[in-house]
Amino acid sequence: MTEEIIIAGFGGQGVLSMGKILAYSGIMQNQEVSWFPSYGPEMRGGTANVTVILSDERISSPVLNQFDTAIILNQQSLDKFEDKVKPGGTLLFDPNGIIKEPTRTDIKIYKIDATRIAADNGQPKTFNMIVLGAFLKAKPIVKIENVKKGLEKSLPERHHKMIPMNIEALILGEKELIEVQ
Amino acid sequence: MDELQLADIIKPENKVYGKSKIMTDTPMHYCYGCSHGVVHKLIAEVIEEMNIQEDTIGIAPVGCSVMMYYYLDIDWLQAPHGRAPAVATGYKRTNPKKYVFTYQGDGDLAAIGTAETMHAVNRGENIVMIFINNAIYGMTGGQMAPTTMIGQSTSTSPHGRDVEVNGYPLKITELIAQLPGSAYVTRQSVHTPATVRKCKKAIRKAFENSAKNIGTSFIEVVSTCNSGWKLDPVESNKWMEENMFPFYPLGDIKDSVHDDVEKYSVQKNKK
Amino acid sequence: MGDLRLMKGNEVIAEAAIRCGCDGYFGYPITPQSEVMETLMLRRPWEETGMVVLQAESEVASINMMFGGASSGKKVMTSSSSPGISLMTEGISYMAGAELPGVIVNVQRGGPGLGTIQPSQADYFQATKGGGHGDYRLIVLAPNSVQEMNDFVDLGFELSFKYRNPALILTDGVIGQMMEKVELSEFKPRLTDKQIEEKYGEWIASGKKPDRERHIKTSLEMVSEVQEKNNERFQAKYRAMEKDEVRFEAIQCDDAEYVIVAYGVSSRISQKAVVLLREQGIKAGLLRPITLFPFPTQKINQLTDKAKGFLSVEMSSGQMIEDVKLAVNGKTKVEHFGRMGGVIATPGEVVDAVKQKLIGG
Repeated sequence: MTEEIIIAGFGGQGVLSMGKILAYSGIMQNQEVSWFPSYGPEMRGGTANVTVILSDERISSPVLNQFDTAIILNQQSLDKFEDKVKPGGTLLFDPNGIIKEPTRTDIKIYKIDATRIAADNGQPKTFNMIVLGAFLKAKPIVKIENVKKGLEKSLPERHHKMIPMNIEALILGEKELIEVQ
Repeated sequence: MDELQLADIIKPENKVYGKSKIMTDTPMHYCYGCSHGVVHKLIAEVIEEMNIQEDTIGIAPVGCSVMMYYYLDIDWLQAPHGRAPAVATGYKRTNPKKYVFTYQGDGDLAAIGTAETMHAVNRGENIVMIFINNAIYGMTGGQMAPTTMIGQSTSTSPHGRDVEVNGYPLKITELIAQLPGSAYVTRQSVHTPATVRKCKKAIRKAFENSAKNIGTSFIEVVSTCNSGWKLDPVESNKWMEENMFPFYPLGDIKDSVHDDVEKYSVQKNKK
Repeated sequence: MGDLRLMKGNEVIAEAAIRCGCDGYFGYPITPQSEVMETLMLRRPWEETGMVVLQAESEVASINMMFGGASSGKKVMTSSSSPGISLMTEGISYMAGAELPGVIVNVQRGGPGLGTIQPSQADYFQATKGGGHGDYRLIVLAPNSVQEMNDFVDLGFELSFKYRNPALILTDGVIGQMMEKVELSEFKPRLTDKQIEEKYGEWIASGKKPDRERHIKTSLEMVSEVQEKNNERFQAKYRAMEKDEVRFEAIQCDDAEYVIVAYGVSSRISQKAVVLLREQGIKAGLLRPITLFPFPTQKINQLTDKAKGFLSVEMSSGQMIEDVKLAVNGKTKVEHFGRMGGVIATPGEVVDAVKQKLIGG
């Protein structure tokens, strides 16, 4: 199994850390992983994206022009990456701020209203975990158990008290996933 | 009274002066009347008197004193032009128990190496810096230095240094004294027996300081370059006294340890 | 299994330095490698191993601080990115001339000038042909994974002390910024001053001892004939490196009709291209130089027996291709494919280039 993912949105949405949690979860189930971010001025308020690859084999290129899955969190990223999803691949997006929805007909399209859900719950910081939960519902490539282990491994001890809240957000995301096509 | 015969003079018990053991027998390449040889001798004597030959590292510059390692019997590093303070920093930080000194001219220390000079002192590196200021580039044949006097002619200011074009002579030693990292800053000369003795005391103090970890000790030696100045050695000394000393006055500029760390520390900006 | 982590290439450089017993790091921030010093400052190795970490006032100062530390036989290193390495070339030349060891890391970005901050491989000439003035070479290691970022710090020190010559780790913004699984090295203690004296006492400036001549670490020699002898000694070292230190990885080269030559991130992209080409029935292979100096000239020459063409894939206008051409020595076609200015080539583009430039052409 190899899953090649692009996660793209605004800086500050937790794009890079979502990718990191996904990569750590892959390690917890003995997979090879790579995580390559956009970096530099793009990080500061502009668009941010990260390419995450999980594979049972040695990963060749960490840089790709086509993806199995695109997780899209703003309009600019949708414009940039919709065409780069492989035929038969998956596109998951948050409709918040999207004025032009995806038009491809040869891919699976899902929606997760994560911005609103996180705000409604009064926990805006769990936004990216809701998105991740939705993705794992659409494509269960890592077990929730391994996400939890990944969080334990990647977060410093003093932040471990936040893990249950994040797992709840993950499960919420699984529930709230909407299949568009 | 009987006159001393040569046979008596060379008896060890009659010896009143000798070359420091730290000086090698290599004949110096410096011009007659040059100040370098005297300052070399003083450093050698201080190293011998403090018995720190095995623990002293010299950093030679680019300039007339680039081959200073021929003359003092210690281990040496020879730095790229202007970089001696950075080389000294790297050595001292990884070998904090050693005595490390740089020896640099005005071009090396105050032109091409200004950044390295200021920052090494500002960090308070526990090193000794010896700065030979003869207001000219000796090695390359008498070109203008950052410390060349206004009106002084050199091969690249043949009509005299023009402030409109070249700005003012740089008093880098006064700038150094402003930095909290400097512990001891002084300006000396070696053109009379009295000034030689004073300069040696300053060098000794600087070396002693470096074992106390109180910051950088910096000694400027206002020097002559009779070849570059196109004067004979006696005229050079006179020209230095009359023209350089009023602008570069001799004496200690700073002898104190900066202890305002608490006063100037801010609250943490990051949890 | 050792200490398994998910880390950025740049962070791993820092961790590997601490673990291999490095004595000092001197650096100046520049994107895309600032995480090296940031990681070190957070880790505070001075409390753990006694390693010195100092933020210098410039890259010029950093490399000269290395000159100072290296003169005493200490394991010292720096890291920077392309424009910063240009500033260091003076000091690197002096270190090569004074025969001093040390590890320099270049996380390349696009140029010339301030260029971009995005990944590039346009510093190949600078790294392998000298860079600074005078006849000298660096040992150049080209990692293509986060794991090799770990492994090559130690290897870089080993080789640089073996030959008393600076070693350069030539990497790029992708390998520096990406995270992968990495098995960190075991901790090696720093050498004590006594151990350093025993190992390197012959050449280090550690203070003049009564039983030896003074040691002078300089690149200056006033007598041309003596300097020529020095040059001959340096050249003999470079020839010894060419004989004993060539490292490469050959992937599916045995039956390859089309061989891609690529290092660093380009080798990862090209590896994927080889998979795609093989799926289409094209016998492609990848020869990845791990050492760029010494270059795997002989191996590439051997591959000309079967190969109908070579493609040098680099994120530059074509620099390594000159070494590939020298290795192929006119026996068959050698072409170049690359993107410039910080644009990263994709596997698909490499596949197209093989088809158009080697097969179709």
